[in-house]
Amino acid sequence: MKILVCISKAPDTTTKISFTDGDTKFDESGVKYIVNPYDEWYALVRGLELKEAQGGSVTTVTVGTAEDEATIRKALAIGADDATRIDVKPEDASQVAAEIAHFAKEGGYDLVLLGKETIDYNGSQVGGMLAEHLDMPFISLAESLTIEGTTATLDKEIIGGVQTVEAELPLVVSCAKGMAEQRIPNMRGIMAARKKPLNVVPSSNAAKNTSFEKYALPAPKSAVKLIDPDNMDELVALLHNEAKVI
Amino acid sequence: MSVLVYINSNGEKIAKNAFEAVTYAKKLGEVTAVTNGKADDSMLAQLGKYGADKVLVDRSFEGIDEQQITKMVATAAEKVGANTIVFSNDLIGKAVAPRLSVKMNAGLVAGASGVPKEDGTVPVNVFSGKAFGFVKVNTDKKIIALLPNSIQVEETGGEASVEEFAGNAGDSRVKVKDTKLPEGDIPLPEAELVVSGGRGLKGPENWDLILDLAKELGAATACSRPVADSDWRPHHEHVGQTGVAIAPNLYIAAGISGAIQHLAGVNRSKVIVVINTDNEAPFFKAADYGVVGDAFEVLPKLTEAVKKFKASN
Ligand SMILES: Cc1cc2nc3c(=O)[nH]c(=O)nc-3n(C[C@H](O)[C@H](O)[C@H](O)COP(=O)(O)OP(=O)(O)OC[C@H]3O[C@@H](n4cnc5c(N)ncnc54)[C@H](O)[C@@H]3O)c2cc1C
Ligand SMILES: Nc1ncnc2c1ncn2[C@@H]1O[C@H](COP(=O)(O)O)[C@@H](O)[C@H]1O
Repeated sequence: MKILVCISKAPDTTTKISFTDGDTKFDESGVKYIVNPYDEWYALVRGLELKEAQGGSVTTVTVGTAEDEATIRKALAIGADDATRIDVKPEDASQVAAEIAHFAKEGGYDLVLLGKETIDYNGSQVGGMLAEHLDMPFISLAESLTIEGTTATLDKEIIGGVQTVEAELPLVVSCAKGMAEQRIPNMRGIMAARKKPLNVVPSSNAAKNTSFEKYALPAPKSAVKLIDPDNMDELVALLHNEAKVI
Repeated sequence: MSVLVYINSNGEKIAKNAFEAVTYAKKLGEVTAVTNGKADDSMLAQLGKYGADKVLVDRSFEGIDEQQITKMVATAAEKVGANTIVFSNDLIGKAVAPRLSVKMNAGLVAGASGVPKEDGTVPVNVFSGKAFGFVKVNTDKKIIALLPNSIQVEETGGEASVEEFAGNAGDSRVKVKDTKLPEGDIPLPEAELVVSGGRGLKGPENWDLILDLAKELGAATACSRPVADSDWRPHHEHVGQTGVAIAPNLYIAAGISGAIQHLAGVNRSKVIVVINTDNEAPFFKAADYGVVGDAFEVLPKLTEAVKKFKASN
């Protein structure tokens, strides 16, 4: 089975968010990047587990610049066989999806795994777009995935519950919590990753359908109003009269 | 301008976030809604209240298969000449809107948090609610997926006409084997009131404190990650950066420290109440109302107070 895992980077969750150039750009100075947690913990690890059980290969693909190579090496250290970086700065989901689709069409993958969303832009967009480009079903927010022959069975989150679905490979799947357990790369993996191929391919110059023109921070919260723990009637009255939420 | 809005009508009733999407679409132009399945005409005609003139319904298939819905919405957009399509950015919208954006070559604004500004850019939430971005769409056609709970529902119109149509949705390539919808629970992503507990509650045996208050308020329940990880509560209740992101009107957090990864999932709540013994807990910085006290004493008192309030209102 040929598995492709889409790996992106994201600012560490404790990053303080600020903007530069008249609030038109995210200020990257001092930002520590990590592998987007959903990609690393769930998509990549489940891909590796399937390969370990059934044979095949796990390739990662990242749309990004040379600066992303540390994140890509981490994915290799966790166990991916090889990695491809599509050499362009990702600026929009439509661009990223089209770039990955262009690459994936050549590869004949049975399974394309993504994270549920990137934690910076929280778009949940790339998976569905990629599935349409590749004309494959898209199973979003999968919490489990098993494969028998060419049939995949998945549990996926739906509004208010969980649905079990079945579909034939090839498939695009976005992975949420439950899929797998995080793996910490060991020394051997880190050493091995240095020798694994990290291929760089040129961009197919995919168009960007959207652009971020400006950013803003939310208005700072006014100071918390403290209520006496023995006076919950007051809290209820405030929630009713002042906050108007009950 | 003709605006199309996709509505999920497969449940027992149409959810509030669908009415939000119609309200939003109404602010942009003349609204046609599109849906599929067996919902009866009177249920669909309600969409008129929020500004839809017409509802197109494809009765040839049920369910929420994302490929079928994509095809149906594309067919409807062509039929009514809509260049703007609105979704609710719920789990269905998140699966369908990106797919449709490729099919129609329409720029997608995912997670819109308000109406377009004068310059046409649409505000969206980024960095897990820690900032806003303003997105420009570079294509003629555009798709906007609206974050649930980000605008007020407005009743503007009357009845919508309901018209059957053929959405050319094709066959589903995904077989649904089983659907589990826990009974009685209020689905967390859509809940307007949420009561949540953290490690400060010490163990699952104490959860009645949370459940009683939630019941009294008609609220959904949530928890912090360690609580779900220790199986004190089911995983679908875990909110935060790696769990569900919610935006209720009221979020009551008891015994939760307010770590940044927890806040990432709840900081879009309109009003936050924090109950914590430690007056230096970081959550107080994000709270509107705070109670420095022991949740084991405060929660029952709050439940009593809500009961009293309800009896007298
Ligand atoms: C990459 C990453 C992702 C994460 N994602 C999430 C996520 O999605 N969601 C999430 O919640 N966490 C997440 N976390 C974990 C997060 O950092 C915190 O560890 C977690 O939120 C703490 O949970 P807590 O507040 O319940 O527990 P604690 O931090 O242990 O806090 C318990 C609080 O209860 C108070 N307390 C104790 N006794 C009482 C009492 N009797 N009455 C009232 N208050 C009391 C204490 O003062 C304390 O503030 C993530 C962490 C990482 C590294
Ligand atoms: N630049 C990128 N390169 C490779 N994969 C990406 C990139 N951006 C996003 N993805 C994948 O798409 C998923 C969803 O991202 P998003 O649509 O941005 O929320 C992520 O979890 C990744 O698996």
